[in-house]
Amino acid sequence: MSDTTEISEERASHEPGHRRPRFGLSGGDGTVTTGRLVIRITVLGVAAALALWAAFPLVDQGNWIGLGILVAVTALLFYIYLSPRAIPAKYLIPGTLFLIAFQVVPVIYTVTTAFTNFGDGHRGTKQEAITAIQDASVRQVPGSTVYVLSIATTGDPASGDLVFLLTDPGTDAFFAGTAGGLRELPAGAVQADPAGKIQQAQGYTILTIGQAAARSPEIAAFKVPTQAGALYSQGLSRAFEGAPQQTYEAGCDCIRDAVSGRTWTADESDGSFVDQQGQRLAQGWKVNVGLRNFTDVVTDQEIRSSFLKMLLWNFVFAGGTVLITFALGLVVAITLNRPGMRGQRVYRSLIILPYAMPAVVMLLVWRDMFNTEFGLINRMTGLEVNWFGTPPTAQIAVLLVQLWLGYNYMFLVCTGALQSIPADLTEAASIDGARPLYAFRTVTFPLLLIALAPLLISSFAFNFNNFAGIYLVSGGGPFPPDNPNAGATDILITYTYRLAFGGAGAQYGFAAAVSVFIFVIVATVSIIGFRRTRSLEEIN
Amino acid sequence: MRLRTRRDTPGGTPGGRLPAVLLAGILLAVAACGQGGAGTGRAASQSEGGGTLTIWTDDKRAPALKAAADRFSKETGVTVRIQTVPGETRQVDFVTASQGGKAPDLVMGAHDWIGNLVRNGAIDPITMTEDQKAAFNALALKGVTFDGQIYGIPFALENVVLFRNTDLAPDAPESFEDLVAAGKRLKSEGKVSEVLAFPVGQNGDAYYGYPLYTAGGGYLFGQADDGDYDPGDLGLARPEAAEAMENFARYGEKGEGVLKRSIGTDNVASVFTGGKSAFLVGGPWFISEIQKAGIDYDISPVPGFGDTRAKPFVGVQALFVASKGPSKVLAQEFATNYFAQPDVALAFYRADPRPPALIAAFDQAKTTDEDLPKLLSAGEGGDIMPAIPAMNAVWDPWGKAIAAVVGGADPAGTTQSAAETIQSAIE
Repeated sequence: MSDTTEISEERASHEPGHRRPRFGLSGGDGTVTTGRLVIRITVLGVAAALALWAAFPLVDQGNWIGLGILVAVTALLFYIYLSPRAIPAKYLIPGTLFLIAFQVVPVIYTVTTAFTNFGDGHRGTKQEAITAIQDASVRQVPGSTVYVLSIATTGDPASGDLVFLLTDPGTDAFFAGTAGGLRELPAGAVQADPAGKIQQAQGYTILTIGQAAARSPEIAAFKVPTQAGALYSQGLSRAFEGAPQQTYEAGCDCIRDAVSGRTWTADESDGSFVDQQGQRLAQGWKVNVGLRNFTDVVTDQEIRSSFLKMLLWNFVFAGGTVLITFALGLVVAITLNRPGMRGQRVYRSLIILPYAMPAVVMLLVWRDMFNTEFGLINRMTGLEVNWFGTPPTAQIAVLLVQLWLGYNYMFLVCTGALQSIPADLTEAASIDGARPLYAFRTVTFPLLLIALAPLLISSFAFNFNNFAGIYLVSGGGPFPPDNPNAGATDILITYTYRLAFGGAGAQYGFAAAVSVFIFVIVATVSIIGFRRTRSLEEIN
Repeated sequence: MRLRTRRDTPGGTPGGRLPAVLLAGILLAVAACGQGGAGTGRAASQSEGGGTLTIWTDDKRAPALKAAADRFSKETGVTVRIQTVPGETRQVDFVTASQGGKAPDLVMGAHDWIGNLVRNGAIDPITMTEDQKAAFNALALKGVTFDGQIYGIPFALENVVLFRNTDLAPDAPESFEDLVAAGKRLKSEGKVSEVLAFPVGQNGDAYYGYPLYTAGGGYLFGQADDGDYDPGDLGLARPEAAEAMENFARYGEKGEGVLKRSIGTDNVASVFTGGKSAFLVGGPWFISEIQKAGIDYDISPVPGFGDTRAKPFVGVQALFVASKGPSKVLAQEFATNYFAQPDVALAFYRADPRPPALIAAFDQAKTTDEDLPKLLSAGEGGDIMPAIPAMNAVWDPWGKAIAAVVGGADPAGTTQSAAETIQSAIE
């Protein structure tokens, strides 16, 4: 479906007196070429297949909202591509869908996460937390017997009631354990192997491992009540007598410890069970905490004390990286843009070559090259600089790494932009008597900027959050001895990574709140940048 | 998000932590957007009757696990799927997958994950009979015990030791002072250029620093009677911590020049294998590299100062049963009856030589590998690496404090700041 055919199609449909197009696979004028038909059927077929594939798990989970969205999107796709109308939508819809899926949804998800306490220990629901607490507190009753277990049913292997057939390895006595309790079996009614595992028992069907596997969740939850607690299975061949030490009581909405008598009451604002001393149980649940993460960011003493310094360096790093890579890339591009230069292609390829290497590896290589005693840089230059030992040298080092990693990209785009500037403009300038430098400054460079300013802005936005560029090279260091959290080359993202994930567990909610702040900063800078670009164009 | 998982990242590069976070982000997004997928496939395979067991491990140990898995498959008809997940991200991936309803049935990892996994309701305690318990090295069993419950089947132990080049230093040093004296003598003779290869790094490394810290009289977390660490009792905040940290200054860049930030986990082994130093502080993960370099080496405990003892961190490798796995009963069966077997432990030992946790396997392996008893005895006086989640808050600030003190910063003030940072992070 090329542009021209669609446009002519549109025109055709608006021609007066033309037959109204019908809805269907054919083109707007009622006719259709075979090729176009095949493409349409294929694309819509793939879309339908994808939708069908995605629908099953949604139905499986009873996620009706998700299913509704899926059906609506699929219907929309079919309508748009089968209808002869909605021509612009035909072009816009794929991009829009991808934009929603990969940009808008993650942003919404991040922002909603920022209002929760989502993180280690607060991942699931309250019920999941209660289950986890109770399950983790099941302890073997001291001195109790560990039985040899066979899993059986009183009927059909797939649906009959579960029974634990047990052998006491000490006394060789046999038992049948049901949800009602434990009952001894007469030795005559049972056949056991030498290890004591019951192989056959009258009135019971012993499950094979495959049959047991099919009922695994049921077996895991099955308990035979005893006086001291209950018999729990441990795998398929052993059962032990255990009792949960901590249990949830709905009456007080609390967890009570049977041994110590301590209680932890649910705190819905925090998603934790808390005792009188303010001690929390480790297993909590996810709750909405409103603006708490945001106020934490703003009021955190540590963040406040180092934020401005960090923000400043963040701007220097991002701006500096763009500036130096652009400057070097431009100089190299102009040098190599000379018409008739020998070996031009070879030079260009060589410059672009590092661009093809994985940045993560190069960052690590560069970090090692800056090593004080064993690094290539000090050894080659005869210097003894502890590059990552003092703030200014560390800052220079990370910028140098970015220069090396980034100038080839700038070279690439500058070369492209230079070649798109008509030669007659500079020729005209030189005929008018402008010297080359003057012509470059007044003619070429402004034209270049118009083309490249959006790239420079996006490069700034990328480098503003260039996590790997800092984290893998300097790790944010050097750190002042009195503050291991805020290093001299830390940018906001590396710093907040440390705050959000360096504590006693990951705090995704907090991290999301910080990233919202960073988003606001980057968005503001970008908007200002784009405004300026527009004014540049107006001058032109 | 755990920062240290030694045996999987022998290089210990900080890079190991980055993919973890990226992956966490991606998984988060995936978990949010498409909460589905695995459910149908799993239900279908189960109803066929055979059952499936999914195990997450690393690429090195996957072949070793395969033998045990095959036996289990043959005897039970259960299909075992072994999936390799990189060590740096496995813990986070496992927690995320558990929450998203796509947990494997079993996962292999380090014992210091336990605190975080329990907190997230991702693993279940395992009940063992007394006989089963007696088959394991006591230290290994202690490592997988958390809050009075056993949470994993241990299979290997690991700890930091002192390697020495026996051509240059035939005798094991009795004390750190002896080591320094021997190293300096070799250096003055021009045989080596470094007294000791000890990983510090620009931003420090608390894992390797721990033996020297304990030798100086410091402790990390106070221990309750049952051996559990108490996050409320941070030893770094005590006055004796500053004293212990002074050793890093005494032997640091402004002192004796034995410890230096230019040697980190990435290049420490090459300093030793390149013959630049006669001594190396490192773990069993360096052995293959040392052997490849053809260096005659011997292993002894990291020496303390004078007659004090340096206690390394002891780590335990274990297999965990997922709480939210689809076939928990099968997983328990596999873990207790098929995995905890000497031949399986030996296969793991051959895949990656660390002292096996099963005594029978250890006894068999040591007949052909004389390093094993030395590795184990070097760890015997060590401390089990804390598995409490609070430990996660310790690594980074404390490592930086060590690096700063090695670089010449005031030990007392630096330790104090690190302790304050850690305490505020734990709360």
